[in-house]
Amino acid sequence: MDLLEYQGKQLFARHGLKVSDGEAVTTVEDAVAAANKVGYPVVVKAQVLIGGRGKAGGVKLADDEARAREHAENILGMDIKGHTVRTLWIEHASDIATEYYASVLLDRSEKQPLVIFSVEGGVEIEQVAQDSPEKLIRRHVDGLNGLSRQQAVEIATEGGAEEDVIEGVADALTALYEVWTTEDALLAEINPLIVTPDREVKALDAKVTLDGNALYRHPENQGLSDSENEDPIERRAKEQGVQYVALDGDIGILGNGAGLVMSTLDVVAGAGGRPANFLDAGGGSDAGKVKQAVELILANDAVKAVLFNIFGGITRCDEVARGLIAAFAEIQPTVPFVVRLDGTNDVQGRELLEQASLPNVHPAKTMDEAAEKVVALAAERSVESAGAGV
Amino acid sequence: MSVLVDNDTRLAVAGITGKEGAFHTLNNKRYGTNVVGGVTPGKGGQNVEGIPVFDSWGEVARASQPNTAMIFVPPRFAADSILEAAAAGVELVIAITEGIPAHDELRVYNTLKRDHPGTRLIGPNCPGILSPGKANVGIIPASFFKEGNVGVVSRSGTLTYQIGNEIAQAGFGCSSIVGIGGDPVPGSSFVDVIELFEADPETELIVLSGEIGGAAEEEAAEYIAASVTKPVIAYIAGFTAPAGKQMGHAGAIVSGSAGTAKAKADALEARGVRVGRTPTEVAELAVDVLSGVGLTDGQRDSTDAGRAGAQAR
Repeated sequence: MDLLEYQGKQLFARHGLKVSDGEAVTTVEDAVAAANKVGYPVVVKAQVLIGGRGKAGGVKLADDEARAREHAENILGMDIKGHTVRTLWIEHASDIATEYYASVLLDRSEKQPLVIFSVEGGVEIEQVAQDSPEKLIRRHVDGLNGLSRQQAVEIATEGGAEEDVIEGVADALTALYEVWTTEDALLAEINPLIVTPDREVKALDAKVTLDGNALYRHPENQGLSDSENEDPIERRAKEQGVQYVALDGDIGILGNGAGLVMSTLDVVAGAGGRPANFLDAGGGSDAGKVKQAVELILANDAVKAVLFNIFGGITRCDEVARGLIAAFAEIQPTVPFVVRLDGTNDVQGRELLEQASLPNVHPAKTMDEAAEKVVALAAERSVESAGAGV
Repeated sequence: MSVLVDNDTRLAVAGITGKEGAFHTLNNKRYGTNVVGGVTPGKGGQNVEGIPVFDSWGEVARASQPNTAMIFVPPRFAADSILEAAAAGVELVIAITEGIPAHDELRVYNTLKRDHPGTRLIGPNCPGILSPGKANVGIIPASFFKEGNVGVVSRSGTLTYQIGNEIAQAGFGCSSIVGIGGDPVPGSSFVDVIELFEADPETELIVLSGEIGGAAEEEAAEYIAASVTKPVIAYIAGFTAPAGKQMGHAGAIVSGSAGTAKAKADALEARGVRVGRTPTEVAELAVDVLSGVGLTDGQRDSTDAGRAGAQAR
């Protein structure tokens, strides 16, 4: 679960990391009030889960109320790479002497926490790693013992932090590590971590990813997410406990098992189609669950055809077929379905579907055949709708 | 032969009294797996269709000497159950549970490494291990797999069944099917399991089924090039997955430009591993190799030629 900048900063502050005073607002009037409160100059910052906000014009400095109002008016509602700005973070502008970079993340290869520090802040860290790797220090931490003070000081020193802020940087690293561990974060990143002219070390930005599987032990973090910018179908799926990811194509996909669904997307793309979603129906196959899944897929207007790809393991294909028949009776979909049932009780499942002779349901035996069929059907529908539009 | 589970397996199950735990434990038992006990705190003294239940791993270890543990308890209890089984001396722990926090998995991995190096963890969030004809520990539907010479290691369940079924329909079978799970910090990696298959005399061909996220496939590619003599065929799922989106499995996420399916497939192919573009193609490649693999010593030459050819393609 990715957090917005201001949510990350609030977590940082809770663990003793220095951040600027600020307020999150959703209207121009509140933005102006917040600016007056934190004191000019202020920075008006778009809160969206996408990089490149500054370049897109979503981060602006204001010296007075008129400018703050103007920026808030311009930025609220702005579209930044498909993300609509609905929240602004207004903070007192900081004087910057130096920009560093700091992060703590889970190194999946070493299976240890990894601390990264660089004196090259404010730019893409992947770019720094590529262009000037000597300006970046990576240190693994013994996850069972945590980050020691000594190690934090070493990272700051060896990383090249200026002498008079080594203690300050070590403090920031220690606090950031604490955020990472105690909040069950997968990533806690500060870019830039600034040094002010009076030598204060502060987090000017925050990028935090929390582990969704650990939210049960952090009830206070459960409301955090960019829910307003979430795809509405993804949000609905999340509420229903269904694994759904919105994609930008026109072929609805349902399968059982995350790996099989990912594979289905690839096979459909390989056949020349464009998947509209990822949906893992999991092990369940009762009518209610199938209906719920079909409704989610069809909630996306772009969907022109649907592929059901089931390999029955524990899931029985005859149950899936019954679920599908019951779901069809209620929903009566208008787009064609290709249904591939293979595995446990596949013959019975296919027989049930045949007997039910559902309108516009096309059986397929293999995954490849199913993908080709659904791509052809979606293409036909595209031609039809284009024709209708003329 | 086979790897990890076989006729010598003595299985005990944490969470045996739960609905899912009981269902799959009994399924495993019906398959022929020797199930010697179960663990559910507070339910010691009960039994599940004759399988004795104990309050703790220490007790079941003393009473029934399990050498394999299966973890079926809810996510918030799973980490401690794994460590408790290890502390009781169980050598192989197979964790089926999905949804364990990543920090717990990190703690388990590093605690096992430090305090219980003799215990191997498979999973979590995995379908378990099946050695056809010998033992089944977990939720893999055994009916799709036959006994044979293919060793399968995978991050995904149903995708493995799909591939295994196609191989079986072509008339070939598997030595073992090992699900290492879809989480960010798996107890065992592709490399760990490939090492076992390389040493297993029955395994003639290794099939690796990977997906987006992390670098386990790239690490496997390096290892295969350096240390594996047997032919390896791979499949990678998630070519069309957008960056930053978790695709079902907690570990299946492209972070920035890292962990893409293309990078994994390229790394494997650069080291001579053939990568099938669809599950069907993987099965076809496997059948190609197996058809060229001699089953007698007299055919050794053609076997090696087949392998060399397979690696070169």
